[in-house]
Amino acid sequence: MQQFFQALFSGLADGSIYASLALALVLIYKATEVINFAQGEMAMFTTYIAYALLTHPHFGHTFSYWPAFFLTLVIAFVFGVGLQRVVIKPLERASVLTVVMATIALLVILNGLAAWIWSPELKFFPSPFPTSTWVIGGVHISKQDTGTFGVTIACVVVLWLFFRFTKLGLAMRAGAVNPVAARLLGVRTSWLLALGWGFAAVLGAVSGMMSAPTNFLSPSMMQAVLIFAFAGAILGGLESPVGAVAGGLGLGVLLSMLGTYVHPVTPELRLPVALLILLVVLLIRPAGLFGRVVVRRV
Amino acid sequence: MRSRLGYIGFAVLVAAVVVAPLVSTHYRTYQLAFVAIYLIALLGLNILTGFTGQISLGHGAFLGVGAYVTTILVVDHGWNDLLTLPVAGVVAGVAGLAFGLPATRFAGPYLALATFAIPLSFIGLLKRFPHFTGGTLGKQLPSVHSQFGIHANSSVWIYWVSWIVALVMFLLAFMLVRGRLGRALRSVRDSEIAATASGVSTAGVKTLAFGISAFFCGIAGGLFAIAVTYVNPDTFPIDLSILLLVGIVLGGAGSLSGMIFGALFVEFIRITWGPALLDLFSQVHHINTRAPGSSLVVYGVVLLLVLYIAPAGAAGLVRQLLTGKTAVAAWAKQGRTAAEDQA
Amino acid sequence: MAPLLELKDVSARYGQVAALHGVSLTVEEGEIVALLGANGAGKTTTLRAVSGTVRRAGDVVFAGKRLGRSGPEVTARAGIAHVPEGRGIFAELTVWDNLRMGAYMRRGRPDFRMVLDYFPWLEARRNQQAGTLSGGEQQMLALARAFLQRPRLLMLDEPSLGLAPLVTREVFRVVGDLNQKEGLAVLVVEQNAAIALNTAGRAYVLETGNVAISGTSDALKSDDAVRSAYLGY
Repeated sequence: MQQFFQALFSGLADGSIYASLALALVLIYKATEVINFAQGEMAMFTTYIAYALLTHPHFGHTFSYWPAFFLTLVIAFVFGVGLQRVVIKPLERASVLTVVMATIALLVILNGLAAWIWSPELKFFPSPFPTSTWVIGGVHISKQDTGTFGVTIACVVVLWLFFRFTKLGLAMRAGAVNPVAARLLGVRTSWLLALGWGFAAVLGAVSGMMSAPTNFLSPSMMQAVLIFAFAGAILGGLESPVGAVAGGLGLGVLLSMLGTYVHPVTPELRLPVALLILLVVLLIRPAGLFGRVVVRRV
Repeated sequence: MRSRLGYIGFAVLVAAVVVAPLVSTHYRTYQLAFVAIYLIALLGLNILTGFTGQISLGHGAFLGVGAYVTTILVVDHGWNDLLTLPVAGVVAGVAGLAFGLPATRFAGPYLALATFAIPLSFIGLLKRFPHFTGGTLGKQLPSVHSQFGIHANSSVWIYWVSWIVALVMFLLAFMLVRGRLGRALRSVRDSEIAATASGVSTAGVKTLAFGISAFFCGIAGGLFAIAVTYVNPDTFPIDLSILLLVGIVLGGAGSLSGMIFGALFVEFIRITWGPALLDLFSQVHHINTRAPGSSLVVYGVVLLLVLYIAPAGAAGLVRQLLTGKTAVAAWAKQGRTAAEDQA
Repeated sequence: MAPLLELKDVSARYGQVAALHGVSLTVEEGEIVALLGANGAGKTTTLRAVSGTVRRAGDVVFAGKRLGRSGPEVTARAGIAHVPEGRGIFAELTVWDNLRMGAYMRRGRPDFRMVLDYFPWLEARRNQQAGTLSGGEQQMLALARAFLQRPRLLMLDEPSLGLAPLVTREVFRVVGDLNQKEGLAVLVVEQNAAIALNTAGRAYVLETGNVAISGTSDALKSDDAVRSAYLGY
């Protein structure tokens, strides 16, 4: 029983990392029908920026963790907006396939740039949470896991509040649903797309910084996370933000349970297993767990 | 392919293939052998991406499958290396079908993301069964040597083997995309809805495209193993899949002959031009450009530039030069209808 | 007095296909003008050309200012509310969120009181998902939302589409109300010429991208030849 709860909590922690990145993917997808392949590498790159802030002196001193964390979020936001304006916007008239290719190019560039600037060797990234555990009813709950879960979910909630209660958030939701109508109401949908990329970058940065302590900092650290995030997003139905979060969390828990109770599932097999789960779910519910089947009118 | 232009082009190609080893060093000839190998892979991938409109980020893994099949047959079972090629192709092709069958349930861009997982899974599987695959240490093949009583330098031998196979595969690809299959592929690329309405099973077509492209890559992989004489799990990383994709876009997705340019690009950017470009850059800016990752940056920037400036690739530019018509990259226009031509 | 809206020789195309071949028309302050014609005549395209939803050539002058190569956002800010074909409501959002979007461009608190005066039933349906409203209700919602923009000109594209005759009459009654009580100028595209001519003061009839005939509603209604040739009744 204790094993169950331990697996549950570590699964939720991993799942929250996937959920954050999944939400980023869905944000951009909902607004533009484009899967941003570079989402993982953007997260990785911003995590390296945090690393630089933490380990290299800037203006005379290095940053301590939380100031560096928040500064990185700001930088990530600007970075996301900038990438959309400079790289993606020029292709706005091109086909979805071309834009997807551009995000692949971004993926490649960011990956190479990170290796070039910081070298590909694994680096240690600090965690703001202590490594000790709480013991409740015989169950060991890691503070690291709790902290990870707390921080990522807090970010997701803040974003949700923004979308639900602010004018800009409403405009972004409207723009995603019907961009033509939104423009007719005076919404500058083009800039809102950039805003979406900014938020997605922030979510990615959180995902990266929470993932780096356990998975070590390296240029390819987010590649597997991206796949898991994507699987989680599809499980939730690619158009549903709630689904993305639920899917990411669910996948994390499911993989954790499988890893604990089903012995042939070794860590190397996590990825193929995740894809297998995805395929099974899609066979039963093609639109994902929370998605609705979109009837396309021809 | 406009017929006359196509036949002339093919003749020019054959002539070039015949002449090249006579005027090149052995090393250069060895490099040109790899151009042939990449050409085979690109032809296959192009059938999937350029003709059927599905992006794959994982086809490097199918090269890996072919390479390992060839290696295991040659090293563990004493097969003649050339005879392993069809088997490598078929095994890879079956793997492609096996992936395609369930995966084509995902539409367009999400299918591409799923393919991202193929190489990662493949490498994981290779390491999980070391008894069979040699694990992280990989396997060594016998060195390249001429056969059938022909006495030739090994570079020249592998050059001719690769190019003969490449030309055969080129003709095969040409025949595949001409007839009904080609039409079905293109209909899925241009409009899935219209294709379904016309009775084309889009999932079936996409799966078939996966299988065919994997088959081509498998054969390329087998040749690759023979030429390099060594395989291990890191021989076919994601980088290679990305590079192939760049090669397709650069050559001109949807154009078979454009793949020559793509293949030339893939081989030479890796070994010659890429490093040369970076050396040039480093002389100006005093940065260490031989560092890892620098080549990836180059590939990515090139891909972006091609997408902005010439999305129809080299083939599109050539067509524009020869016929004066701006290449409407059918591939690049997919999905946008005229009514969406907005201010 | 200069007209509120003036189109001078406006053309538009969809890709290679030309839809408008030089359309000229005017809408005066406080008028209701109808744009009639058969399917494919270019009525919807005309509205789109004004709002900038489609690329246009020729001059569009609104309130004395020439609208250059601007997109829909700019025209909206200039004071033109365009309710497109199909109403353009945000189906996944609630009724209230749709209304809030109407007030997007405006500063300060939106004047919902005034809107509810004309559309009192909206209050009760605030939290209903807009996509689940009936066709007539969606049309009313689109009107209410457009009204919240406080425009000077309201452009309506086929408001009667898919609506029962009773509901259509109600929609046009509200349009007439808005025009009379708020002084809102209206340019309405309609296939249902009868009801359009009963509400509008003037009308233009389009045929294959050109203005074929124009005049006051009374003149058009009373001319039998015009009616049978262009208006179908």
